[in-house]
Amino acid sequence: MTDFTNGLSDILVITQRNLIRYRRLPQLVIFSTVQPIMFLLLFNYVFGGAIQQTGTGNYINFLLPGLIIQSVLFGGIQASVGISTDMSSGIVDRLRSLPISRVAFISGRVLADTIRNLFVVLIMIGVGFLIGFRFEAGIVNAFIAVVLAVSFGFAFSWISVAIGLFVKNPEAAQPAGFIWIFPLVFASSVFVPVQTMPEWLQVFARNQPVTKITQAVRSFTAGGSHDALIPVLIWMSVITVLFMGLSVWLYRRSQ
Amino acid sequence: MDSIISVQKIYKTFGKTQALSEVSFEAERGKVLGLLGPNGAGKTTLIRILTTLLSPDKGKAIVAGYDVAKEAQKLRSVIGLAGQYAAVDETLTGRENLEMFARLYHLGRKESRNRASAILKEMSLEEAGNRPVKTYSGGMRRRLDVGASLIFEPQVLFLDEPTTGLDPRARNDLWRFIHSLVEKGTSVVLTTQYLEEADALADRIVLLDKGKVITQGTSRELKRELGGNMVEIEPKDWQESKKIADLLKNKFNQDVRIKDSHQLITFPAPNGPADLRDALNILEESDIELLHISLTQPTLDEVFLSFTEKETKND
Repeated sequence: MTDFTNGLSDILVITQRNLIRYRRLPQLVIFSTVQPIMFLLLFNYVFGGAIQQTGTGNYINFLLPGLIIQSVLFGGIQASVGISTDMSSGIVDRLRSLPISRVAFISGRVLADTIRNLFVVLIMIGVGFLIGFRFEAGIVNAFIAVVLAVSFGFAFSWISVAIGLFVKNPEAAQPAGFIWIFPLVFASSVFVPVQTMPEWLQVFARNQPVTKITQAVRSFTAGGSHDALIPVLIWMSVITVLFMGLSVWLYRRSQ
Repeated sequence: MDSIISVQKIYKTFGKTQALSEVSFEAERGKVLGLLGPNGAGKTTLIRILTTLLSPDKGKAIVAGYDVAKEAQKLRSVIGLAGQYAAVDETLTGRENLEMFARLYHLGRKESRNRASAILKEMSLEEAGNRPVKTYSGGMRRRLDVGASLIFEPQVLFLDEPTTGLDPRARNDLWRFIHSLVEKGTSVVLTTQYLEEADALADRIVLLDKGKVITQGTSRELKRELGGNMVEIEPKDWQESKKIADLLKNKFNQDVRIKDSHQLITFPAPNGPADLRDALNILEESDIELLHISLTQPTLDEVFLSFTEKETKND
């Protein structure tokens, strides 16, 4: 086998390890599924009526793409705790002493989280359907929307991995992994249209990646202009390259 | 000597702490090398350097023909490492752990399964193989951990304090296992704080303290270096100990010690059997009955204390 296929196989073996963990510790998956569903129901029924009057049309069709983005982001940040826990146990030492690809350990984690995210997204769409959500732009666009959302989660997972590697301590990784995500999720078009925010905040809210991806995904679920697609692809590439690089560097440096 | 490991003047500092300082030694192929020293002596740092987990600041180390710094990836496929804490995944079963590591050595699926089964059998973990590791006892975990380091039949096996926290029976099992590995040709490097363990397992011992090699040699050589033989006497009637000591002092004019705690009288016997015979004759003439008398060598404990004390005095 070549180095490349060996490297790929290493990543898949680590991915499998993480997926077995999810299967055996179902609470890891249950809570990351229950939480977005709870958000979906709460926002739809509690705020839905009020927000609908600000011109969002059918609120569930507006809300679900945003909540999908929120849940892939929240799903990704578990990597901070997971990675730092692994780093403080002996298993990483063993992995490092093996003749394996240096990026397998972190890539395998990200890949497993991405697969879990896909699972959560599909469940959310299912629940959404039950309370009135519909894809209004056809099945191909629906597929693109899911791929975009999950890819966005993949890109942002690398930020969490870098945080986990940087912080090292699982208890510190918990808040550190969470804190940066709130302004991104709430000062965005996930829950409400950006127009209702103060002027100064709108500048941030309009241009930040979470708003862009939400707009892009909505354009594929509900139809409309795909203007946000190019900025989203740029954001995702930049974040992936930057934080994947940073993570690999941090992983190699840590001893 | 056919060296499997050659360490040449290795230095390593962490911040202001000098973890290793001019460490040099050789390990012979197919033998057990014991790295012996107290906590903080630098044993683990040394193991981490030899297994490519750390790079030395200065100096050179060759393991199985590969330079640890320049040929790390090649070296990794011929060594096995079992650390101080069991480096296995708790949520996975024993079998899943072993299969995972086999796959990471790039063995095929089927071969990985076979290797995992073989290791489980060898480590007497067959019954527990399909249970998550978190249900294992400390001894079982350690066995799994050592088993994982053997999955690819390494040329050199590194064991960092392999028996720490094990009960005596589990420890003996592991010792026996290490012996059987060496018989099959594996070279072993192990660290330990237990002198008894180094004595039982190691063909050669490197004594480390505060990052420096204090001395090295076979356990026999180390003992000889300390001053060789002692005579140990256990009288039938401990009331007579003072009298015995006085009689012996007349003849040997040396440091005869009464160890009340062990009910033993000891003195150095540079002439070996001759001193033992003289002692027997003296006690016989005075009609003193003995339970036990023997010629012994100092324990490694005594070697260790004597060397580390010297170090402290030199500081």
